[in-house]
Amino acid sequence: MNLNYEFNWGMLFIDPARGWILDGIAMTVALSLLAWTVALAIGTAIGSMRMTRSRWLRILGGLYVEVFRNVPLLVQLFIWFFVFPLLLPRDWMMAWNGLDHVPFLTALIGLSLYMAARVAEQIRSGIAAIPSGQFAAARSTGLSEFQLYRHVIAPYSFRVMIPAIASEFMTTFKNSALALTIGVAEITYAARSIESWAFRGIEAFTVASATYMATSAFVVVVMGWLERRLRIPGLIARR
Amino acid sequence: MGFDWAVIQDNLPLLMRGLWNSVQLAAITVALSFPLGCVVALGRISPRPWLRYPATILVHALRSNPLILIVFWFFFLVPILTGRPVGDFASVLAAFVVFFSAYFAEIVRSGIQSVRRGQLDAALSTGLTYAQAMHRIVLPQALRSMMPSLATECVIVFQGTTIAYVVGMREFLHTTFLVTERTMRPVELYLFAALVYFVVCLAGSLFARRLEGKAGRAR
Repeated sequence: MNLNYEFNWGMLFIDPARGWILDGIAMTVALSLLAWTVALAIGTAIGSMRMTRSRWLRILGGLYVEVFRNVPLLVQLFIWFFVFPLLLPRDWMMAWNGLDHVPFLTALIGLSLYMAARVAEQIRSGIAAIPSGQFAAARSTGLSEFQLYRHVIAPYSFRVMIPAIASEFMTTFKNSALALTIGVAEITYAARSIESWAFRGIEAFTVASATYMATSAFVVVVMGWLERRLRIPGLIARR
Repeated sequence: MGFDWAVIQDNLPLLMRGLWNSVQLAAITVALSFPLGCVVALGRISPRPWLRYPATILVHALRSNPLILIVFWFFFLVPILTGRPVGDFASVLAAFVVFFSAYFAEIVRSGIQSVRRGQLDAALSTGLTYAQAMHRIVLPQALRSMMPSLATECVIVFQGTTIAYVVGMREFLHTTFLVTERTMRPVELYLFAALVYFVVCLAGSLFARRLEGKAGRAR
């Protein structure tokens, strides 16, 4: 194969490329860790709403999940970025635009709320997977509804859901790349800057891909370890 | 601020052309990446290591990268590899087909593995070759159990077409963006775009859920 391309890996280690890459990785990690944390909190709340006895809470939770799952993330980001500030009252809009890091905050809101819908579904199927005997047994010992969830259902379902929660983290990590469209300088954005600045596309995209793949491998290893540590005796272990 | 919903009506033909491009991109992607995914899936469960390892590495590599980055890779690489410029559509389509083939491969693989082992053994014992047994006995059964996941994946592909925006392809989101640049009515236009995506994707999701109900009953 005749490639009209000369490699120059050394340029990645010299500024400005080096600085862009390091800042980009830091930004990707910060954005996705924050978004994942917020998504777990909101997602757990929404997921629990859908399990309650109140019909209205269930409908509200279901509506949230359907809306946020069935509109593409990029469209949601655009709405948070271009539309949301315009719908605010005038003073609020001024205050919002006066904030530092508006693109980062926008990406954080958009990514968190989108991922929360997915987490809510995981929570629901995690709780639905619990054998009904667990509920019956816990109630028969006289636990209140709150105690039932706090001491029996939550610890159990959390451990069963570790693989799903880990895969949601990887999804968040990958989805954070979309933040580049609203000007957040994460790692894919950095790779593009290097490409257009020096026409070093292969080197730059390799760094970005390596970041995602290394993170994915790391998450697989850590979660595998965590899963073995917290395995519930008597359940079938994943290979 | 006042709303001006007429802007949507005025630009409807343009917007619908964008939507049509999105639908085409999604449809061609599914039509090409599903067969490719089947091939990769067969590689992943093959008893031959020289097939299994490359297929496994390919699937893991693609699934741990974001689609947007794969689109950039192809946008940059395809002209270098072919030695001449190709259009936005061709490079985006190539990226989508390769990327989604990894996801289809995993769906097909779990579908095949949900077929009971005895089915393959019985087919082989009647004298069918491995390829024949897969094609005639295992795949048709696997296909039935993976219909809901396939339908869901089609919705994900359609949502993914928005990412073609980043290389300037005139799909629905990019068309909407261009119209907002010209008319300065982002609120109406983006909300309309979101509504259209919502309706299409919800229909797809509901269809997938119906298939799931059917698959559940058949078992």
